[in-house]
Amino acid sequence: MSWDLRDLYQETILDHQKHPRGKGALENATHTATGYNPLCGDKVTIQLAVNDGKIDEIRFDGEGCAICMSSASMMTVSLQGQPVSDAEELFQRIQKFLTANDESAAMEDIDTLGDLAALGGVRRLPVRIKCANLPWHTFKSAIQGEQSAKTE
Amino acid sequence: MPFYASAKKFEMIQELPKISTSLFPKSDFPNLLTEVNGQALAYLDSAASAQKPHAATEATAAFVEHQYANVHRGVHTLSQLATDAYELVRGQVKVVLNAADRNEIIFTKGCTESINLVAQSFARPLLQPGDEILLTELEHHSNIVPWQLAAEASGAKVIAARIHDNGELDIDDFKAKLNSRTKIVAFTHISNALGTILPAKVMTQMAHEVGATVLIDGAQSGPHAAIDVQEIGADFYVLSIHKMYGPTGVGVLYGKLNLLEAMPPYQGGGSMIRSVSFEETTFAELPAKFEAGTPNIAGVVGLGATLDYIAGPNWNRDSWVRRVTEIGNYEAVVREYGVSQLAEIEGLSVYGDAEEIAGIISFTLKNVHPHDLGTILDKHGVAVRAGHHCCQPLMKRLGVPATARASIAAYNDLEDMDRLASAVIAAKEIFA
Repeated sequence: MSWDLRDLYQETILDHQKHPRGKGALENATHTATGYNPLCGDKVTIQLAVNDGKIDEIRFDGEGCAICMSSASMMTVSLQGQPVSDAEELFQRIQKFLTANDESAAMEDIDTLGDLAALGGVRRLPVRIKCANLPWHTFKSAIQGEQSAKTE
Repeated sequence: MPFYASAKKFEMIQELPKISTSLFPKSDFPNLLTEVNGQALAYLDSAASAQKPHAATEATAAFVEHQYANVHRGVHTLSQLATDAYELVRGQVKVVLNAADRNEIIFTKGCTESINLVAQSFARPLLQPGDEILLTELEHHSNIVPWQLAAEASGAKVIAARIHDNGELDIDDFKAKLNSRTKIVAFTHISNALGTILPAKVMTQMAHEVGATVLIDGAQSGPHAAIDVQEIGADFYVLSIHKMYGPTGVGVLYGKLNLLEAMPPYQGGGSMIRSVSFEETTFAELPAKFEAGTPNIAGVVGLGATLDYIAGPNWNRDSWVRRVTEIGNYEAVVREYGVSQLAEIEGLSVYGDAEEIAGIISFTLKNVHPHDLGTILDKHGVAVRAGHHCCQPLMKRLGVPATARASIAAYNDLEDMDRLASAVIAAKEIFA
């Protein structure tokens, strides 16, 4: 299987890693969850301020590799101001994009993902999928009222 | 006794030409010739598990195909041949460790099981509420968690002696934490994360002065250093065979005869009994008492073949010590060269700078997470470990979530170090 490091570390990923969006604590959070990858030590906290079924504010904090931190940063951009139902639908599309065994199924929605499509490089590196996915699972846990998440 | 004279390290580098042939030829290890991501493999993860010499896998296959049967059971010819082959290796391990008696050598399924055996069969019955188990901040989880389990069951406490910033043990803190409540002292001989070689003999003497029993975790020392359990005075010493170029699923527990004799069995089953009735069972003598069930016969025979590969035919204690000392010295040279190459990379920090240090280089690169570094190095054919190295308390002490670790074996050469350095530079450029 041939792949290039630039597929994984695309400009979008590097840009979000160097200039993270939505990073920090949220004072008026209604939902908070922390996700942890015990194997590699990546740790992400997602905070949401949800009102009337809409994500008014979303922030992330934590430490981890470039893939994990960029994924979290891009996620805050994508989910800020979105209805919860749309956010949950995007979560499902991301799951399919990152983890579907069938390549063509995974790529079905790629045009709808915008910057998030840059995360696709992990598909060729099974051990790094969980890095990209940790913020998303943590978001899912937060919105469901759980306090912790793992990508296992 | 130091494993090598540190002051000589730099001299050795000066003396060495730019070696491209390693002490163990790479061609003896078929997996080292594997291409990874289209690149020749620079395997720098032997501290996690070492590659296997073809000579040993071939000898193991020949045993399985021509001599194999269960051991210590039948009277038939093959069973006797297999038993002889298996027991021959016990004698070899006795020589490797310089144990006083072959019955002090127990085969287990790994280093972790060896430690758990001592924690459960020796420590747990001994410990009283308020007793203490003294470890160090360098320990691998497998030399922490078994003691915590024994401590929880008995109301004892696990405490850890501090290290200095350079990765050396704070021997004053170690001494200060020893007291009459200290019943067990367990420490690693060589740190898997930082390479620090601990002063095992001095620490053992100190521990014995307060009446504590000492277990030394030799997971990393086995293939890199001469070990003399009698000289050190160790009560228990454990080895991981797959880190010694041998098969997985084999470990060694050395224990002083009087301690092993007094301990109850760890597991019950076949082989470890003298007689069984539903009312009462009497246990077999050492070492069978601790080898319940059919052991990893082919694995143990493979260990013997691996030792023969390392030390050459008809080796003895003297030639073994010479060979592993040579290996340790060689790896020290490769490490020093590697560190000198990495040190030129701006933003790179090496963790661990003990005076006595084995072939481990733990490092971080500014603005590049170790996992990203691991992926990028892999793309260049350079295999390193990235993570917490099963040493989360140590990572916390160092103030980092993880490091990248290059570990050096006798089949690595200076070119591997050059490959490492240039791959790190490539990683740096991606994140520039």
